Amino acid sequence: MDLAQSEAQQMLRHSIERYVTEHYDQQRRRQAAQDPGGFKRANWQAFADLGWLGLPFAEDVGGVGGGSVEVAILMEEFGRGLATEPFLGTVLLAGALIAKCGTPEQQAELLQPVIEGHTLLSFAHYETDARAGLSTVRTAALRSGSGWMLQGHKTNVLDGGSADSHVVSARLPDAEGGGIALFVMPKDAVGLTLRDAPRLGGGRVADLTFDHVVLASDARLGSSADEMTAIEAAIDRAIAAIGAEAAGLMRSMFEATLEYTKVRKQFGRPLSANQVIRHRLVDMYVQCEEAKAMASRAALMIDAEDVAIERSLVASGAKVKIGRCARNVAEQAIQLHGAMGVTDELDLGIYFKRLLVFEAMFGSVEYHLRRHVELLARSRPE
Amino acid sequence: MSLSFTPDELRFRDEVREFIAARLSPEMRRATSLSVSFFSDPDLVAPWQAALNERGWVAPGWPAEHGGPGWTATQRWIFESECSRAGAPQLSPMGIKMVGPVLIRFGTPAQKNFYLPRILSGEDRWCQGYSEPGSGSDLASLKTRAVRDGDHYVVSGTKIWTTHAHFANRMFALVRTSDEPRQQDGISFLLIDMDSPGITIRPILMISGDHDVNQVFFDDVRVPVGNLVGEQGRGWTYGKYLLEFERGGGVNSPKLRAALEKVRNLAGSDLSHRAIAYPEIAMRLSEIELDLQTLEFAELQVLSALQRGENPGPVSSLLKLRASEIHQAISRVGVDVVGQNLMVEERRRPLAALNEELLVSPEVLSVVPRHLNGRANTIFGGSSEIQRDIIAKQVLGL
Ligand SMILES: Cc1cc2nc3c(=O)[nH]c(=O)nc-3n(C[C@H](O)[C@H](O)[C@H](O)COP(=O)(O)OP(=O)(O)OC[C@H]3O[C@@H](n4cnc5c(N)ncnc54)[C@H](O)[C@@H]3O)c2cc1C
Repeated sequence: MDLAQSEAQQMLRHSIERYVTEHYDQQRRRQAAQDPGGFKRANWQAFADLGWLGLPFAEDVGGVGGGSVEVAILMEEFGRGLATEPFLGTVLLAGALIAKCGTPEQQAELLQPVIEGHTLLSFAHYETDARAGLSTVRTAALRSGSGWMLQGHKTNVLDGGSADSHVVSARLPDAEGGGIALFVMPKDAVGLTLRDAPRLGGGRVADLTFDHVVLASDARLGSSADEMTAIEAAIDRAIAAIGAEAAGLMRSMFEATLEYTKVRKQFGRPLSANQVIRHRLVDMYVQCEEAKAMASRAALMIDAEDVAIERSLVASGAKVKIGRCARNVAEQAIQLHGAMGVTDELDLGIYFKRLLVFEAMFGSVEYHLRRHVELLARSRPE
Repeated sequence: MSLSFTPDELRFRDEVREFIAARLSPEMRRATSLSVSFFSDPDLVAPWQAALNERGWVAPGWPAEHGGPGWTATQRWIFESECSRAGAPQLSPMGIKMVGPVLIRFGTPAQKNFYLPRILSGEDRWCQGYSEPGSGSDLASLKTRAVRDGDHYVVSGTKIWTTHAHFANRMFALVRTSDEPRQQDGISFLLIDMDSPGITIRPILMISGDHDVNQVFFDDVRVPVGNLVGEQGRGWTYGKYLLEFERGGGVNSPKLRAALEKVRNLAGSDLSHRAIAYPEIAMRLSEIELDLQTLEFAELQVLSALQRGENPGPVSSLLKLRASEIHQAISRVGVDVVGQNLMVEERRRPLAALNEELLVSPEVLSVVPRHLNGRANTIFGGSSEIQRDIIAKQVLGL
């Protein structure tokens, strides 16, 4: 066993740390929020040039052939810098699904421009009546001539507004098994309406409506009868990735709070001189370390676990444990900053909002706790 | 001991209900239900306050000789409950519940005659100038100076976190009039006209994007000596008297009950895809319900003691502590109820005025800002840490 990061992983960590320190500060963040899409294109191009957009993809499609550990290193730093670039939607969700389900031709055609930073993607899966359940898909794909016609509605699509194409899940006709298939839909498809809004804590989120959207036959990714397994795997990996991001967010909130309570004086001494405050800071520290350990564990195991149950246990477990730690660290950070903590003048509030999004995204902590219980029961038959 | 209302009290409740049914419009209810700040928007409050004022019901806690309705504590509780239940806007507490009682207790006849009717009618809007950048929990360290110059005080310094200073035409402030060895002894209670030359207001946005608080700068602002309340140097006593009203006053539970009902309704509706069907949500709601029932009963015990002429004592810290925590638990479960739909951030206000088609409904959009703003509940009016210190000292003798 060796849990130390390889030399290449350490180099990656240093370069991403340096990039975040140099390119993300409060002023630039506020400017980026004004840009279309809510992020700086120049950063995205830099990510491509540094090879980060190809990290999780295989070398034969132009990627770097890295794994979840590398992704976690990036995500943790993105969290610390409050980056808003659409890495999650483009690379980790839509990109991963193309890599998993697409034909070699589709992979070559679609992934290369992503890796080079020329196109952005989104993954349009959740629907209005799906609280977290992945399989509530009512969007229908019907045969239309030699191609397909999509009808339905998607919601909570991460950065859908900046995407050049959307990877859309839709249910096949009963005659074809009624499973879920994936389609690539260009943003200018006739019959596609997109409305988007700012996302809590940065980035954007969109609603997509498909009204008789006609797609050619090669718009379907691969030909498997049901891509639910692939979707579940992509989301499990995405959960591990946002767990690392959350660990980064928490770390930044904790450090800001530690600093503040040392400097802020009331009753003639620093806040941190009060035992109750010291103990609370210690608890926050412990929770940050726990979150980081759990995120590292998830990053290591999520790739290694081929068995779906094991992989999902890792993802749900990380969501629960990191989610619980995140809530306490976030709330205490605000509380210990006093009134300053609830203002827009510090970045603390953005970290807080991001952690709210982390908790809710891909299903709540309770949802994943329940999933963990169920999976555990299944993995240990009597 | 009995929890049930007397026939007279029931008749009173019906009278209140009739009044609300006649005077509270559906538009006012909707606007109130979608407002996300602590204090309702003054434009929303004004017509409701006017209606209450016609009836003599603006200040339930004031004695009748100053324009209060002369109610018993139970009647006050019934009134607050009915207003909250019906979704009426909250009148600003700063005149009615804060500076009003101080003036009634410590003000001169001239001050009472001038200010009290203007509080009732809503003609004056008050803000509270206590906190300063260097003085939050340690309020006695405040530095804003008021130096006597003939028949004026000249005020210089800055106040911060001043809620609604941008709407207010008056401020009640704690200012330093001398440097006593015991800091508290050099503080005075001053009424300041917000239109005076030398006052500048800097807005501060909350993390929700709402503009509720401000920093206020005083650059040699001249305040007539007649605006001093009570004696110079005794302001700390008056300020503490006021804080007890701010904290306790006894009745938070009706407001909290209305907030909990709102979340419960959202959880039961299609807007949240019936989140209440999920056991973890239903269980949270029940736990909060039990916390609230407990608080409610504790508040009623205090009211009952007040009605018997007893002093509630430091229990107001306990009530403030629990009320603020329950408030946060309610807004937090609201966040869990909306689930992934919390992702849409809407900073335009008021939400009730957004008529175009939105990605999610205004009811859902209101949940996150309410939660974000609600984090301040355990910070203002004496933070939870400070309340615990008070209980430790005053109740446990530690
Ligand atoms: C939304 C909002 C509205 C407000 N409106 C007004 C207003 O209208 N007028 C007005 O005058 N003020 C107002 N305030 C200010 C409020 O009263 C102060 O925020 C409060 O007194 C706390 O002071 P602070 O923010 O400076 O925090 P600090 O005193 O700096 O405290 C920071 C943290 O440290 C903790 N802490 C401090 N001292 C100790 C200690 N000895 N032991 C343990 N923990 C400690 C606190 O509990 C808090 O968690 C408002 C505040 C908010 C957030």
